[in-house]
Amino acid sequence: MLFSEKTRTLDSILNADPVDSLFSDLLPTANNNLARHNFEVAPVKEATSFVKKWNNSCHENLKIKFNHGTTTLGFIYQGGVIVAVDSRATAGSYIASQTVKKVIEINPYLLGTMAGGAADCSFWERQLALQCRLHELRNKDRISVAAASKVLANMVYSYKGMGLSMGTMLAGWDKRGPGLYYVDNDGTRLKGKLFSVGSGSTYAYGVLDAEYDNELHDEAARELGRRAIYHAAHRDAMSGGFVSVYHVKEDGWEFVSRTDVAELHSIYKTDQFLPVS
Amino acid sequence: MDYNGAALVAMVGKECVAIASDTRLGVQFQTVSTKFQKIFQMGKRLMLGLAGLATDVQTMKERIDFRLKLYTLRENREIKPKAFMNLVSSMLYEKRLQTTFYTSFALFLLFSRFGPYFINPVIAGLDNEGKPFISTADLIGCSTESTSFVVSGTCSENLYGMCESLWEPDLVPFKLFFTAGIVEVVSNVHV
Repeated sequence: MLFSEKTRTLDSILNADPVDSLFSDLLPTANNNLARHNFEVAPVKEATSFVKKWNNSCHENLKIKFNHGTTTLGFIYQGGVIVAVDSRATAGSYIASQTVKKVIEINPYLLGTMAGGAADCSFWERQLALQCRLHELRNKDRISVAAASKVLANMVYSYKGMGLSMGTMLAGWDKRGPGLYYVDNDGTRLKGKLFSVGSGSTYAYGVLDAEYDNELHDEAARELGRRAIYHAAHRDAMSGGFVSVYHVKEDGWEFVSRTDVAELHSIYKTDQFLPVS
Repeated sequence: MDYNGAALVAMVGKECVAIASDTRLGVQFQTVSTKFQKIFQMGKRLMLGLAGLATDVQTMKERIDFRLKLYTLRENREIKPKAFMNLVSSMLYEKRLQTTFYTSFALFLLFSRFGPYFINPVIAGLDNEGKPFISTADLIGCSTESTSFVVSGTCSENLYGMCESLWEPDLVPFKLFFTAGIVEVVSNVHV
């Protein structure tokens, strides 16, 4: 029903006998995941150990530097899934940006979060979006969160040990209801009701674990996500900027708010510190 | 030096000086306090800023206070900025050779602290004639005077950038370049 109008033409494209050369690149033809993405890998016997050599701390000046530090969170409750993130990008102690979009809108029913290497996250989640779209076209139905997360996990697993850096959450709504998965660069894939990822995650968990309740009503849940990110941004120097909140419901995700941490600071009046010395 | 983090700047204006700092105390990336004092008033027209290891900031502040009281008592007058700079400088250099030149084990126990204090002081003040004075020193007391601005702390590169572009001679409303100091503090490690 979803694609009844468009599917006919797309079907004919997909099933066309001489597969369009542009399209054939995108279709998974072989089981070899490396070949699928047409990435050049180091022309040596062991590509992973070769990459590790250049990521080793003894080659400090040659080491590829990533944007790390982040706080992201997601939790399932009675009213859906809440996803909240900060917006700071750091390179060492330098703040590279305060306006990063760390929620990746994969499709109207799926959100991905970004922690670790910004380039890795945005590339692979875009790649995931492509795979999800192809799944829709092939199966005439939306991909489940479970399947989408497994697609991502399998993709990053095929590059395991080659220096990918990502800790991501996939949040969405499918036939099974609200879904939330954690996927990271060493191939971990976890289903859960509550996750927080990044350098500020411990602070966020502190707030989340204290206040979380499945029966929270919508506004309280959104506020909890916002507050948890705020507290993480306050304590963790690698997190900050703006707090973005998303809400995933049965009819897809909805962008809720984007608030400056400084503004939240004046609202919450977090002033527990006494003057020192 | 990067353990607790700091941003310090001092500037010369027209018949005035300015000194500014952040107030964050962190352990690496974890913010422990946002009310940590790094600038201290050492005289009516004399300010001292200390960037570096927080424990040494506090210890040195106390020790300088002590030496300053002795100086004031002996001289019966307030210290001049230049003399104060020399005092701080020599106090820092005292620790220069401490690990190598202990003559006895007893002396070692008495001052059993290794190496220098990990701090970068910044001094800003006006002398008796009201002439501006700013200076900075490294951790073993090599002092440098300036007629424009001095910076110190973990984000000194950022501070240099802001100062180079915003500072000009004979600025009167020096509150404005206070903002300059704070702007990059904001852009560095503090919320």
